[in-house]
Amino acid sequence: MENREQAVKRRLTRRHRASRWFRRISGLALLLAVAFLMFFFYDIISTGWSAFRQAEIQVPVSYTEEVMEIPAMAVPEAYEELVSRGWIRLLPRQMRENPDLLGTERREWVVASAPVDQYLKGRYATLDDEQRALVDQLQASDQVRLGFNTGFFTHGDSKIPEISGIWAALVGSILVITVTFLISFPIGVMTAIYLHEFADDNWFTQAIEVNINNLAAVPSIIFGLLGLAIFINFFGLPRSSALVGGLTLALMTLPIIIISTRAALAAVPDSIREAALGVGTSKWRMVRDHVLPLSLPGILTGTIIGIAQAMGETAPLLIVGMIAYIPDAPSSFTEATTVLPAQIFTWAGMPERAYTSRTAAGIIVLLAVLLTLNATAVYLRRRFERRW
Amino acid sequence: MTRLKAFGLGFTALSAACVLANPAFARDQIRIAGSSTVYPFSSYVAEEFGAVTDFSSPVVESTGTGGGFKLFCEGVGEQTTDISNASRQMKKSEFETCQQNGVESITEAKIGFDGIVIGQAVDMEPLALTREQLAMAVLKQVPKNGELVPNAYKRWNEIDSSLPDREIVVYGPPTTSGTRDAFEELVLEEVTQEMDAYDGEKYSEIRTDGVYIPSGENDNLIVQTLERNKDAVGIFGFSFLEENKDRIQASTVDGVEPTRDNISSGDYPVSRSLFFYTKNAHFGVIPGMEEFVELFMSEKMIGDRGALKKIGLIPLPKDERETRREAVMERKQLSASDL
Repeated sequence: MENREQAVKRRLTRRHRASRWFRRISGLALLLAVAFLMFFFYDIISTGWSAFRQAEIQVPVSYTEEVMEIPAMAVPEAYEELVSRGWIRLLPRQMRENPDLLGTERREWVVASAPVDQYLKGRYATLDDEQRALVDQLQASDQVRLGFNTGFFTHGDSKIPEISGIWAALVGSILVITVTFLISFPIGVMTAIYLHEFADDNWFTQAIEVNINNLAAVPSIIFGLLGLAIFINFFGLPRSSALVGGLTLALMTLPIIIISTRAALAAVPDSIREAALGVGTSKWRMVRDHVLPLSLPGILTGTIIGIAQAMGETAPLLIVGMIAYIPDAPSSFTEATTVLPAQIFTWAGMPERAYTSRTAAGIIVLLAVLLTLNATAVYLRRRFERRW
Repeated sequence: MTRLKAFGLGFTALSAACVLANPAFARDQIRIAGSSTVYPFSSYVAEEFGAVTDFSSPVVESTGTGGGFKLFCEGVGEQTTDISNASRQMKKSEFETCQQNGVESITEAKIGFDGIVIGQAVDMEPLALTREQLAMAVLKQVPKNGELVPNAYKRWNEIDSSLPDREIVVYGPPTTSGTRDAFEELVLEEVTQEMDAYDGEKYSEIRTDGVYIPSGENDNLIVQTLERNKDAVGIFGFSFLEENKDRIQASTVDGVEPTRDNISSGDYPVSRSLFFYTKNAHFGVIPGMEEFVELFMSEKMIGDRGALKKIGLIPLPKDERETRREAVMERKQLSASDL
């Protein structure tokens, strides 16, 4: 008797120990994931934060006749490399539009060049000793300052780092995602409804289902090739446009929406359907008035996750010509446009050091947008979820 | 259920707005595609063009030289590109494709030079390499006693005793890159066609035993790798050297340092010419083409004190600049014999 009791006790301790270890190991996995995430956030935020501030410099500007020919003559020669070329080159235009400026002289706060910006932020800058001394001196007399970088949110891309921004890419992303949503949501939901509520369960529908699940796992670049072949080469839609980009991403998002809609429909208990049919409603009204509203939170969650994934996609867009230098924000769906991840990709390959922090700042903005989308998904689920 | 209806209503309105917003496909922007090396220069001019004129900014795509010509030679019309950027001259085969597809009148514009730099971390002992030593370090087959054998060099001093006792690790561009093409042509083929063991043939196959590491199209990654891996040597564009002088230094090649002057004069051996090609049938059809090309070829852009020099383009000598500019302004037609 005594022996048996001991044996049971021993087994019990062993089981408890195993479960403690299991708990510890899974905790460790979580810890590792959190550590990676923290490292990523730290790296991106510490690099990108400084891009939200931009150096400005106060310079004496003289609007003379010569400026119309050689714009750089507007500022003293020593300042030429310190102010942004993006500002200098617009001077003749400004003077044409505003003839009163001619002959005047005044001090103005203007965007400083990228090397000055880098120097003030304590990074490596391609300034010579004289220029450094001048910046130091200006700093002492409060003629240079770091201000909030509004240009980053209001300008399009630029090859002059200090005046480049994400506005055009942000607008492009919104247009592309609008197209993607308008195409993939109705088609995806309708397909799922048909497959789940109306179609017979035979080999044909099963084959379709297997194919849809398979499509969800196809690498996104394949969809880019498909988009190029169908939309650009066959239908002749304009290359690089939001329309083509959105359609291509819609192809990619469709399987995700179909799968999540089917899951949401499956979660609605059959008793609801039976009750509706029992009081004599048609199948269509049963779906429209009962099943669909009840499954809507699940459908929307799936859709938002699919859309968020499409928003961060670059590979298929590369193929349809959206990774390009397009500084102007698009005003229609057929105009050439770029998107946020494409903008980040482009900046990451630029030689100028000032783009390093802008790349990270672009990532911060993209993350913020994605976080908002995912938070909306969580909110919708919480708000409208029904339990049975 | 009202919620669902409101949703449906909003949805319909959005779809309608989407359809109505798409009236025309007519193009008022210049479309440019091609070399990733020319891309920063071309887009700089595109930006300037959009900012200082009333035309809209041209769209510049970075597809690689070959990819650019493929789009360019598809034919004439709004759906095709107007200008093709290239980090090498157009190939005869490409010219023929163009001709077959009706792209008959093409003008070549040479805009300047780009140097390819052999660099390493800034705190290392400076390296002085010759093209031959470089070739011996990266080729797949090297001569030994008059015979070609698989490359067994693992340390620099095995190639030449004057070189340091350092492991050979070379980070360079992948096969898809124009920089790689140029490196093969300017270094490997130049060296091998002079050596008896290769029978006067141009040989440019690069070793695949892990000594040469292809590093993707992004030269920034090579620069970052060099900073971490002190033994490594990297192959990248001149503009990346300029921007990262606090982190990397360049080796001399055949005793010549890669500086603007040396590249422009042709003394530095690993440099190549940059071009763009215009589709002349599009002049007068696509608004702003004439003005854009004129701006690109102006002193203000590609001159000795031009804006492109600041971002790494090496200008042509003054005389050549002028003849090139004239040729472009006259729309001098490219013929097969020029290639």
